[in-house]
Amino acid sequence: MASEPILGAEIIVKALIDQGVEVIFGYPGGAVLPLYDALFKHNQIKHILVRHEQAAVHAAEGYARSTGKVGVVLVTSGPGATNAVTGLTDALMDSIPIVCLTGQVPTHLIGNDAFQEADTTGITRPCTKHNYLVKSVDDLSRTIHEAFHVARSGRPGPVVVDLPKDVQQTAGTYTNHAGERHRSYNPPVKPDRQQVEAAIALMASAKKPLFYIGGGVVNSGPAAAQLLVDFIRLTGFPCTQTLMGLGAFPGSDPLSIGMLGMHGMYEANWAMHDCDVMINIGARFDDRVTGKVSAFSPNSKKIHVDIDPSSINKNVRVDVPVVGDVGHVVEEMMRIWKARQIRPDAKALSAWWDQINKWRGRDCLKYKQDSEIIKPQYALERLYSAIKDRDFYITTEVGQHQMWAAQFLKFEKPHHWMTSGGLGTMGYGLPAATGVQVAHPDSLVIDVAGEASIMMNIQELSTLVQYRLPVKIFILNNRWMGMVRQWQELLHGGRYSESYSDALPDFVKLADAFGAHGLRASKTSELDGIIKQMIDIKGPVIVDVAVDEKENCFPMIPSGAAHNEMLLGPEDQSAKPISEEGMVLV
Amino acid sequence: MEQGKVQRHTISVLVDNEAGVLARVIGLFSGRGYNIESLTVAEVDNQAHFSRITVVTSGTPMIIEQIKNQLRRLVPVHRVTDLTLDGPSLERELVLVKVRGTGEKRVESLRIADIFRARVVDSTIESFVFEMTGSTEKLNAFINLMQPLGLVEVSRTGVVAIARGAEAI
Repeated sequence: MASEPILGAEIIVKALIDQGVEVIFGYPGGAVLPLYDALFKHNQIKHILVRHEQAAVHAAEGYARSTGKVGVVLVTSGPGATNAVTGLTDALMDSIPIVCLTGQVPTHLIGNDAFQEADTTGITRPCTKHNYLVKSVDDLSRTIHEAFHVARSGRPGPVVVDLPKDVQQTAGTYTNHAGERHRSYNPPVKPDRQQVEAAIALMASAKKPLFYIGGGVVNSGPAAAQLLVDFIRLTGFPCTQTLMGLGAFPGSDPLSIGMLGMHGMYEANWAMHDCDVMINIGARFDDRVTGKVSAFSPNSKKIHVDIDPSSINKNVRVDVPVVGDVGHVVEEMMRIWKARQIRPDAKALSAWWDQINKWRGRDCLKYKQDSEIIKPQYALERLYSAIKDRDFYITTEVGQHQMWAAQFLKFEKPHHWMTSGGLGTMGYGLPAATGVQVAHPDSLVIDVAGEASIMMNIQELSTLVQYRLPVKIFILNNRWMGMVRQWQELLHGGRYSESYSDALPDFVKLADAFGAHGLRASKTSELDGIIKQMIDIKGPVIVDVAVDEKENCFPMIPSGAAHNEMLLGPEDQSAKPISEEGMVLV
Repeated sequence: MEQGKVQRHTISVLVDNEAGVLARVIGLFSGRGYNIESLTVAEVDNQAHFSRITVVTSGTPMIIEQIKNQLRRLVPVHRVTDLTLDGPSLERELVLVKVRGTGEKRVESLRIADIFRARVVDSTIESFVFEMTGSTEKLNAFINLMQPLGLVEVSRTGVVAIARGAEAI
């Protein structure tokens, strides 16, 4: 399908169009001017101008995570590329498909310390799934298409394509390579049949089974997630979700026992500890989930379904590894389960549920709303009750508010919850919400933020205003870097070193200065009215919710502790001093 | 999680011969804290542009499994083979050893070289350069013997390896 010679920049735009790209998040600069020129002439791809390259990547992540498509980023050489590094690392840790096009100085200047030159492929090698430096226009079509293939197949991730300016300006021929089989990278999606059989045999014999599902289910797509929901309901087994897996199973389903991990539900963590068969689907035994590895679920046989073989037996030794895509694996599991007419041990399962319900009875999220001062948990409960019947998407920044959001907001569908799980990037939520709102212009998109995190990418308010993106920024303002403060209280004798948010801006005036709306709630009685106003206002809104400064996030597994050693709250009698081993962990 | 004893493994990696591929492999090892005891790389097929990387590493069985899976994840990697696990294999290394000396020591170095089937590839009145191939252990033994005889410089290739028998990787 070769055609007449066209400029490299045109080839890139054509390849993007053939890949179905509708939106690019970017920021222009010297080394990408030819590409911006081609975008201008084509006028087929919408470009969202961010205010910082880090935000471009987070916006593309929000777009990708909420649509299942590949997010596309375009930045210039040097500082453009280095600013994108945090976003790329974030996307790598959370397996988000991104193609990031970076400008580069002309090939004859590479290595000369030219103006705005950086060794982009060198810098981004460890923080991308793969990267390319395109040195000839002849390699351009193939490389762009290959970048999309690599980003979206197998375990998704970010891919950088570094584009020297002269390559963008040289004429060459465009060939559509979309859908071509790659010469070396073709990760298998279908599982080994025997492994699935072994998994089903183990599940059939279980007395205290537990599904532990993660972000891989979301990445496998809505159809796969629905299949898994059907399968879990067929088994009647309980299901806990990781931070990245929220929404992959309906939060309101009686089989759901909520999020697990460091700030997960009491019942979920105890169930992990006590279960006899663990069925991990698309999660990776992250340290926030396992706690102390040597005491992690000591008596269970473990099944691990993952598309990435390197995730298996990395942190935790498993009994039945199943390599494949969640959709394919669950389909096979379901088929065998039905064909064998498997009936789990009903008596054992009912006793297991009795136990789980006892743990549930501890009501681990309880808190005391005993004055006019707004508790952050209360603010989120009120927010949830106002939005739960709407079509809503939530993004978060990183810290206490993020954990509270994960605990108090419920998600019924995948792709509606965007948070920085692996890297824990403060400043993620606002740009991510930008990307989500671009993809879903008519939906309610809320960034649940803290006052410290929001300052890290506050400039993106300008992007919201420019494109009339009605994102709602819901700040739980406790005037502290709350999670840092909490750890300093628990681990460092209450020496609050540099964790106070001093000299905060007036967020209402700040919103006004950017051309957005600012609202404030300081008392419980104001909260519902303010939330209603926030939803009703058509444009972008900042809501500054003044919350209790001293509230800590519970329940909590202290670092270095096991699942059955979790703390329920400040008055928890079982609290032990944190071990020295735990002190060195993050 | 550490399980089992630390073992030495020789791993063969068939990769596309393209810019940065070696950096990807080395970066993987350094970034994840794996050991590299020896690493060699050269193009082995100039039609298909394949290079073969032979890496000698050590770790617990769980770590070795991780290393192989991580290598397989790299886009330009075509095949990863654990020669230590997959049946008998051959390992060879080449060394150039420079020995400086006169008189009895010089004669002795030549005699030992002969026993080890090392070849003299350069000679002056006061020095030899020996070339020798063999297993890592054999090379080590030779170098140790040369130490008191005036060893001044060593250059080794690192290990290359191949499976025995008719099967190719």
